[in-house]
Amino acid sequence: MRNGNVELVKEIARLAKSKKKFRLMEVCGTHTVAIFRSGIRQVLPENVELVSGPGCPVCVTNDDYIDKAIEYTREGFIVATFGDMLKVPGSRSSLAEAQSAGGDVRIVYSPLDCVKLARENPDRKIIFLAVGFETTAPTAAATVLAAKAHGIKNLFMLSAQKLVPPALRFLLKDTSVKVDGFLLPGHVAVVIGSDAFKFLSVEFKIPGAVGGFEAEEILIALKSLLEQIDSGRAEVTNDYRSVVKAEGNVAAKKILAQVYEVADVEWRGMGMIPASGLRMRDEFVAFDIERVEPVAIERTKKKTACRCGEVLRGLVKPTECPLFGKACQPLHAIGPCMVSVEGVCAAWFKYGGNNFTW
Amino acid sequence: MVRKILMAHGAGGKLSAQLLQEVILPAFDNEILNELHDGAKIGRLAMTTDSYVVRPIFFRGGDIGKLSICGTVNDLAVTGAVPKYISVGVILEEGFDFDDLKRIVQSIAAAAREAGVKIVTGDTKVVGRGQADGIFINTAGIGELIDGVDISASNVRAGMKVLISGTIGDHATTILAGRHGLELPEGVQSDCAPLNKMIQEMLAAEPRIAMLRDATRGGIAAVLNEIAQAANVGILLDEEKIPVREEVRGVCDILGFDALELANEGKIIAIVPAGSADKILSVMRKNIYGKNAALIGEVVSNAAGKVGLRTPLGSVRIVDMPAGELVPRIC
Repeated sequence: MRNGNVELVKEIARLAKSKKKFRLMEVCGTHTVAIFRSGIRQVLPENVELVSGPGCPVCVTNDDYIDKAIEYTREGFIVATFGDMLKVPGSRSSLAEAQSAGGDVRIVYSPLDCVKLARENPDRKIIFLAVGFETTAPTAAATVLAAKAHGIKNLFMLSAQKLVPPALRFLLKDTSVKVDGFLLPGHVAVVIGSDAFKFLSVEFKIPGAVGGFEAEEILIALKSLLEQIDSGRAEVTNDYRSVVKAEGNVAAKKILAQVYEVADVEWRGMGMIPASGLRMRDEFVAFDIERVEPVAIERTKKKTACRCGEVLRGLVKPTECPLFGKACQPLHAIGPCMVSVEGVCAAWFKYGGNNFTW
Repeated sequence: MVRKILMAHGAGGKLSAQLLQEVILPAFDNEILNELHDGAKIGRLAMTTDSYVVRPIFFRGGDIGKLSICGTVNDLAVTGAVPKYISVGVILEEGFDFDDLKRIVQSIAAAAREAGVKIVTGDTKVVGRGQADGIFINTAGIGELIDGVDISASNVRAGMKVLISGTIGDHATTILAGRHGLELPEGVQSDCAPLNKMIQEMLAAEPRIAMLRDATRGGIAAVLNEIAQAANVGILLDEEKIPVREEVRGVCDILGFDALELANEGKIIAIVPAGSADKILSVMRKNIYGKNAALIGEVVSNAAGKVGLRTPLGSVRIVDMPAGELVPRIC
């Protein structure tokens, strides 16, 4: 393994000689963290720059989504969520603060845990915060189907599911975004298939490589991107073949299509992106809390120097934000990118800003 | 906004440290407390206390009772003491199962026997239903400091070696799996164990061991950061030498955790003179609780206050102090 990696690093260094600068975007927060943890940045040639993209679901979730979730805790609902959402700042406070103030917030590791929660609390209403990309959406969909099949009437979704390919298309249409190639998320591709990213090369002539999350898998995908750029090719390669199929997971895609339809949704930092989200189909409306029992929240626009929006588009590095590491730190985060463990800023704060020289 | 206590204030990370510095230490200020070791040194005695609120209360490899003895015994042992006497205070919730209580008490007794400590005083309180979660236990312990031994961060010097007594993350992984219904293979269980006898053997072999810590909340990442800061040295670890079970690695992958930050209940970090590292390791490996002991890094003179990790790629990255409560990734 170690020797294989050393060879890959050498090969990448050789390929990187052909051009002045390579700007590669790792789309997904899991990749951002894996790259930092495995120390890949330190072994890449200086002219190979890795920029992080919009692939952390917490980071792209809007303020008013959090505000709504908090409002539901005030109205006596049990709000079930992945742990990452707890500390995300809404416009006034976070779910962690709502919890300390007496709100009933439960951490779950799978939306399917909510079915159990609903059964154990028949006189309470449970809302699952369905936030995520194509990776987690099928389990949320399966949860809705399970709840329907078992006649469970006290489980609902507050849904903010998003799709990765439309966000990349949106980025590429923004002329200020300069990217030579995309390191594509293996776990998203497991569901939607590597072919779902083909538009990158076909429409935009930009190479992509689907990669896994081990150091070796990431290096293989980066090497594939450099090879393509060097030879002037643009393809979408599947460098995570053991797990990802061209067509993806047909069963998961079927469940998704059964429960959801594609909708325009708002991304924090990027605004409204056409056909970039999932909305529950009308036949599942009984599980969509926003259509069953909507809450009113006051829309507030905060004035802030936070540059999360530009960080998420790879326009600036976290360190270029005036708040980074000063007013904005994981313990008192201002922007969502500093909250999630997979947030770009949190990863830079934890692993990036600090060198160990001895 | 009125400040409230958050879960992270009790998670052993940065917020816990902040709470100590801001509220606890200024109020209780004295030279013994200010040492902030796992146990207080008072003349030739060592004293410590800890409260146990683990959920679920029974888990693979132990239960809240065994934990309440092992945790306190280990805190005394890493102070350089032989644990002797323990107090046990139990807070029960109305309606708690009588047989479960019996099982927990038996488990306390068995752990105390194994550790060679006597339970000499105790207290029981019952609170109304919903006012506690089943059972909470507090234990305090007294031990006798071993002559000629001085465990202190101030003795840590560049060139010393960093040892770990076995695989990391087993306890946290078992608890998380139990809590969230993840299936773990048979081999993985909490490492909850009294380590005082192994530590005595280590100190008999080399009384000049500079520092010992049990790597509980915040894992070895928290403990090593604390040592690096207290001793004003750098600590450089070698990722490939740190023992982690495959299954624990798998759970970390699924939930987005770093094994370095996962709690252990039966693992110690030892910082030892380079020349004695092999001797101490062989003593550890002969003990049942140290059979996977390994040399995982060294103390370096630069990078004061920081912990670095050499990855299998050969690059070095920072190991930060965990910020607080463990959170899983969401995509």
